[in-house]
Amino acid sequence: MRPFALAAAAALALMWTGGALAADYTIVIDKMAFGAVPEILHPGDTITWQNDDALRHTVTARDGSFDLNLPSKTSAKMTVGAAGSVPFFCKFHPGMTGTLVVTP
Amino acid sequence: MIRTIAIAALLTFGMGGAVLAADAPTDAQIAHIAYTAGQLDITAAEQAIKKSKNAEIIAFAKQMEEDHKAVNDQALALVKKLNVTPEDNPTSQALSKAAADKLAELDKLDGAAFDKAYIDNEVAYHKAVNSALSDTLIPAAQNAELKALLQQGLTLFTEHEKHAEMVAGMLK
Repeated sequence: MRPFALAAAAALALMWTGGALAADYTIVIDKMAFGAVPEILHPGDTITWQNDDALRHTVTARDGSFDLNLPSKTSAKMTVGAAGSVPFFCKFHPGMTGTLVVTP
Repeated sequence: MIRTIAIAALLTFGMGGAVLAADAPTDAQIAHIAYTAGQLDITAAEQAIKKSKNAEIIAFAKQMEEDHKAVNDQALALVKKLNVTPEDNPTSQALSKAAADKLAELDKLDGAAFDKAYIDNEVAYHKAVNSALSDTLIPAAQNAELKALLQQGLTLFTEHEKHAEMVAGMLK
């Protein structure tokens, strides 16, 4: 059992980011709108953007830090970057907007 | 009980000046009008993709083709589910005739002249369709799911209108 315990400890250590476990979130895109953004985000957290809409959308950071192209009924995962406020939008439908607020 | 359908707006943007008078459209007619309007914009996009050399115009046209096809696929699925047969009507026919005329007019243009005429018409077309949706088609729709799909279409086409205005501004 010792190798297993060691591996588990190593896995836990890898997931440990800045003293807190990285969290995984899913944001659903549907009916021409981004779903609610988690209120608390930290660097290293992951977000899966799930496009349930019938249309292709993008999740594009205004500062260029990420740009995901999501055909209908697909998803993509990204890792949250450095602390700060990052507004994002859909390049195809610029009225679709949101902001990631990342705290240290 | 004859009511003027405000869809006259659809026909006043360089695609003819006819004003239609008819009973309030039924759900079957509304479905036909909405589907037809989408198909006509797909045809216009196909012409632009074929004729234009401008990257912005081509990208815009490809998006119109993809978005309108997606919405029309949803509309087809809905009418099938509701067991409604879209019903041809004078508004759909007038739209098709006006669009065919516009297509022929644009076909005679090339280069920058085509690009400008195409995108100007896209601005006007989406503006008119959005007016018809908000003023006539959405209020007249009886079925809640059809009404919701039209509302979703209005949100999307409002984005298209803004996008078309942005591209038109870039051409100036």
